[in-house]
Amino acid sequence: MAFPLTVNNLTVAYQKKPVLEDISFRVPEGKLIGIIGPNGAGKSTLIKAILELIPSITGDVAIFGESYKKTRKRVGYVPQRESVDWDFPTDALDVVMMGRYGHLGWFKRPDKKDKAHAMECLDQVGMSQYAHRQISQLSGGQQQRVFLARALAQDAEIYFMDEPFVGVDAATEKAIIALLMKLKSQGKTVLVVHHDLNTVKEYFDWIMLLNVKLIGIGPTEKLFTKDYLQKTYGGSLTMLDSNTSPIIVSPR
Amino acid sequence: MNWFSLFLDPNTQWILMGSMLLGLSSGVIGSFAYLRKQSLMGDALSHAALPGVCLAYMLTGTKSIFFFLIGAIIAGILATAAIGYITRNSRIKQDSALGIILTVFFGVGIVLLTQIQHSNSGNQSGLDKFLFGHAASMVKLDVYTIAGISAVLVVLCFLFFKEFKLLSFDPGFAKGIGLPTILLDQFMMLLIVTAVVIGIQAVGVVLMAALLITPAVAARYWTEKLHVMVILAGLFGAFSGFVGTVVSSMVNNLPTGPLIVLSATVLFIISVLAAPNRGVLAKTRLRVSAKSEYQPLTNQRVKEKSL
Repeated sequence: MAFPLTVNNLTVAYQKKPVLEDISFRVPEGKLIGIIGPNGAGKSTLIKAILELIPSITGDVAIFGESYKKTRKRVGYVPQRESVDWDFPTDALDVVMMGRYGHLGWFKRPDKKDKAHAMECLDQVGMSQYAHRQISQLSGGQQQRVFLARALAQDAEIYFMDEPFVGVDAATEKAIIALLMKLKSQGKTVLVVHHDLNTVKEYFDWIMLLNVKLIGIGPTEKLFTKDYLQKTYGGSLTMLDSNTSPIIVSPR
Repeated sequence: MNWFSLFLDPNTQWILMGSMLLGLSSGVIGSFAYLRKQSLMGDALSHAALPGVCLAYMLTGTKSIFFFLIGAIIAGILATAAIGYITRNSRIKQDSALGIILTVFFGVGIVLLTQIQHSNSGNQSGLDKFLFGHAASMVKLDVYTIAGISAVLVVLCFLFFKEFKLLSFDPGFAKGIGLPTILLDQFMMLLIVTAVVIGIQAVGVVLMAALLITPAVAARYWTEKLHVMVILAGLFGAFSGFVGTVVSSMVNNLPTGPLIVLSATVLFIISVLAAPNRGVLAKTRLRVSAKSEYQPLTNQRVKEKSL
């Protein structure tokens, strides 16, 4: 059986200095994986390079054993919320419907079935009562949920999420994580760029530590340790107690 | 009855038809340019079209829309490539790059235009109208061409509506699901250049950008639905074309372009003021009513405190 995601020797550089260097890893099925690392570690870049949104210098990516071009329909993507202008003339349901576009193909319009499906996805993120609200009238957390619902509408088997927890309140965060757990229990693979080290243990069964190079990937209990985190954050990390207490990332 | 006879004149009917179709198609295409924050790109492309059109005339010696289109497209590609190159390879931001390229191309265009006017070929009359447009100089064949191309533009926007919508809202996601975003981007650019070229005779290169953007911005005020906005922008454009052409044919020798743009601007001002929800008046009314509803509450609180 092919792995949901295999990355070999991936290197990405915007200028001369690489943003990601020689990344190789494999992801097994049905894991909820947190991608963790300091600012500028290349977390978002990794997702974008895997999805071929930005060119990579070397390396190849296989999703379910094939190139991304062939497996697009099995991949769901949640970009950063700030990446779009929310004052766009459309409503929440319409944005979720965009998740169906990849399945529709050229010139075809979404039909009733797609609409019903989109509505269902909105319902899953608890947003069905906002279906016809203009998207700029939604709060940050609601916008994030709409993006999540759009990814659900893609009916994917592997999901990439770029900082879905940024700028959302605690209730939304809990709702999102419950949904991610549900996806995982359905055997889907979810990769999430994550910032808050305090919730890592609670949320993810696997983590990927990234700082330009891949520091490590594997079960959270194995990798979420003082040694590994200090390797990732380069000494700018203070852990009060390696087991339970909050983690502080202090300025260099 | 000056008014009435104007509409009975078949020549005027043709010209009106041409201007309205032009307004319709540029409003529709302009909506996407506006939503993609490429309003200035429309400006750059229309100014860049001038040297292309002049060169096309100098090389072929005919005033054919087809050759103009080729010239304008080549100039447009050069201009966008230059803007892209400057933005990528220097610290100059896109707005400054646009400013530089727009003026350079327009300057070259004016030089070429002057050159043509001082040359001896007998066919050059009417070229000076490229700047501000002269709808009355359109003949039946021109109107046919404009109508045909406008129809194609509108149909293309209809066919690619879903793709254009996604590309305008979230280009990253569009690329992720496999849309050829770079190709679609170029395609949209091509549509804009085409709209500029068919607008040269009626509106002129200088003001074509306004006919692309103003109806779209005005339409945005009235609706929160993209398809409604696109249709409205088309209607606003057509209406502007109609009014501008009528006024310019009633008053002798007034260029059509500025009048069409002025009519579009009037529509825009009305939209800014009177549109529901987004308009200034609606917003003020909302603020006042919110204030008056809140007032008794605050008074009460003050009373309670003083007690």
